[in-house]
Amino acid sequence: MKKTLFDKVWDSHIVKSIENGPDVLFIDRHMVHEVTSPVAFLGLKNRGIKVLYPERTFATADHNTPTINQHLPVSDPLSANQLKALEENAAAHGISYWGLGHEKNGIVHVVGPEYGITQPGATIVCGDSHTSTHGAFGAIAFGIGTSEVEMVLSTQCIMQPKAKKMRINVTGSLQKGVTPKDVALYIISQLSTSGATGYFVEYAGNVFSEMSMEGRMTVCNLSIEMGARGGMMAPDQKTFDYIRGREFTPTGASWDKAMKYWETLHTDQGAVFDKEYHFDGSQIEPMITYGTNPGMGMGISKDIPLAKDLEGGVTTYQKSLAYMDYNEGDSMLGKTIDYVFLGSCTNGRIEDFRAFTELVKGKKKADHVTAWLVPGSHQVEKAIKEEGLLDILHEAGFVLREPGCSACLAMNDDKVPAGKYAVSTSNRNFEGRQGPGSRTLLASPLVAAAAAITGKVTDPRTLLS
Amino acid sequence: MAYDKFTTLVSSAVPLPIENIDTDQIIPARFLKATERVGFGDNLFRDWRYHPDHTPKKEFVLNNPTYSGKILLGGKNFGSGSSREHAAWAVYDYGFRAVVSSFFADIFKNNCLNIGVLPVQVSPAFLETLMEATFANPKEEIVIDLPAQTISLKSSGASESFEINHYKKENMLNGFDDIDYLMNLKNTITEFAEKSPL
Ligand code: SF4
Repeated sequence: MKKTLFDKVWDSHIVKSIENGPDVLFIDRHMVHEVTSPVAFLGLKNRGIKVLYPERTFATADHNTPTINQHLPVSDPLSANQLKALEENAAAHGISYWGLGHEKNGIVHVVGPEYGITQPGATIVCGDSHTSTHGAFGAIAFGIGTSEVEMVLSTQCIMQPKAKKMRINVTGSLQKGVTPKDVALYIISQLSTSGATGYFVEYAGNVFSEMSMEGRMTVCNLSIEMGARGGMMAPDQKTFDYIRGREFTPTGASWDKAMKYWETLHTDQGAVFDKEYHFDGSQIEPMITYGTNPGMGMGISKDIPLAKDLEGGVTTYQKSLAYMDYNEGDSMLGKTIDYVFLGSCTNGRIEDFRAFTELVKGKKKADHVTAWLVPGSHQVEKAIKEEGLLDILHEAGFVLREPGCSACLAMNDDKVPAGKYAVSTSNRNFEGRQGPGSRTLLASPLVAAAAAITGKVTDPRTLLS
Repeated sequence: MAYDKFTTLVSSAVPLPIENIDTDQIIPARFLKATERVGFGDNLFRDWRYHPDHTPKKEFVLNNPTYSGKILLGGKNFGSGSSREHAAWAVYDYGFRAVVSSFFADIFKNNCLNIGVLPVQVSPAFLETLMEATFANPKEEIVIDLPAQTISLKSSGASESFEINHYKKENMLNGFDDIDYLMNLKNTITEFAEKSPL
C-alpha cells in the first residue's frame, strides 16, 4: 500500500492497536519542562513507580524562568518552587536536566534540535503544544497533557487514535521580505484556527524545500494554531547536514544505518491524503494579526475585514476587535505600538536574530518602544555574540536578554501591561496571553524590527535595502 | 489519577455562547505554577470572572446565581490553544463533569477524557437549542446518557446522539485511566523498546 510520511513513522511505532480504540504508540524521545511535569511526577510517586527509560527523557527549564540576572536566585517563590521540583524529580529518576544557568539551557523546542535529540522518523512528545516544531525533521512530534506525560514517564507510550492526514502544498517564489512566519500565518488565516483539527499535516512544495531548517521549524511550530495535531516535512539533504555531528546524533555505523531508514521517509507517489490544499506562495505578503486568535491575520497592506463579510461568528469577532480597540475596515499600517518581542520557540533562533538585525542595522529604536530580544537558547545567544549581531543591535539601541519563553506566555516578569500593544514574533495573540489586558500583534522578525524602529506598524519592505 | 465513574448525568447547565474559547481564557498561564493539582477551579475563566482587583465581574455567567449545574455549554472550537491539562482540571475542579460544544480542539478534548470530564460534541443547531432552552429556563435539565451516547432536553425530549470511541467510553464508565492499561502491557512495551534504538 502507498504510504504517506506520517503513516510510515506512525505505523512503525505501534506497540498494539486496540480495536475500535486508540493505538498504543511507542515514544522515542520525551522532553520535559517545569510547568506541565510536577503533577505527572507526583502521579509516579503515588503509584510507587520509576521512570521507565530515563535515557529517553530530557528536561529543561524555560517557561517561567527570568530573562535577566539568571545567576541570581529566582525571586518569584512559586516559580522557584516549580524549578526546584523539576530539578529534584530529574535527579530522583536519573534524567538529564538542563536547568537555569546550564550551558545547554533554553526553550525545549529550540534545544531539542540543537543537540540532535530531534531526529527524522522519531516519535517525540512534550507537555507543550508547540512540540510540533520538531516535525521539521520528519519526526512525528506533538504536544500532550499532563496525564499523558505521566504515561510516557511510566511506560514510554501514549494511547491515541491515529489522526487523519492533510497535505498543504505551497509553491512559487516568495516575495522579498516574506519569511517562513508569514507563510505560516497566511496558511492559518486561510484555514482558520480549527481548520486542521483532527489532522496531522504534511507540508510539501518548493517553498518549504527551499527553506532553511530554522524556517521549517517555524512553520511546523505553528501547525497547532490551525488546530492540527502536528505538522511535518520529509527530511532531505538539508536535514541530514543539520543534524550530523550533534551531541545526540548517531555516529559511524549507526549513522549509516540510520541514514538508510531516513532516506525512506517521504510520502510514496500516489499515497492518499484525507484533505489537500494548494497555495501560491507568490501571493503572500508580510503578515500581521489584528485580532485575538492566530487565524485573524492578513497581509500587512490590507484592511481589517468587515463583519458583514464573515460567514458567521460575528459577535465573537466584534468582541475580539473591541478587546484590541480596533475597528473593522481599519488599515493596520501606522497603528502605534508600545512593545516589541523577538523570541519564543517560533522565532527565537539565530536566523530570526539575523533577519531582525539586518533590518535595524544603522537605524535607531523608536524612543517609546520597549523591546525584549530573547534568544531561544544559550547556543543562540552565543551565536548572536560571535556573529557580531550584538554590536549592531547595541548600536541601534537594543539590549539582549537571557534565554527562555519570556513574553510568549508571560509566566515570568516579562508582561505587556494592560491596554498596550506588542508586535510579537511568538505564536499566540489570545486575550491576556502576554499579560492581563495585553494586546498582541503576531508577525515575523522583519515586521517586528520595522515596528521597533518606527514605533508603529510598518511594512518592512519599505525599509529593506 | 483515577476519577469518578461517569454513567448518566442529569443537570442544569451554564451557557457560554462564545466561539474559540482558548485555554488561556479557561486558565491563564500565570496560574500554572502549582506543583500539585489543587485549587484550579478557583481560577477557571479567571480574567473573565474577576476584575484586576479580584472583585467578581457581575456580568460574567459564573458570577450569575441564576445559572448553575454540572454541564458547561460552550461555543464552537472550545479549548483551542495550549496543551495545558490545567484547563481541563479547572473545568473539573470547578464542578463541571461535561462540556458541550459544536466543536472541540483536539488536545483539550483528549485531556478531558483523560481526567473524567466528558466532551460532548453536538450539531450547531442542537447546541443552539440547548443554549436557548437554558436561557429561557435556567433550571432546564439536560440528560447526558453515556451508555446510550445521547444528550437530551428533559422537558421537550429533544435529543441527539454523540460520538465517543469505545475504549474511552469504557474508561469513563469505569473510572479507569490509561496508565492502568499500559502497565499491564509492560512486557510487550519493553520488547518493543529493545528493537527501537535511541
Ligand atoms: S516559547 Fe511559548 S510556545 Fe514556545 S514552549 Fe515557550 S511558552 Fe510554549
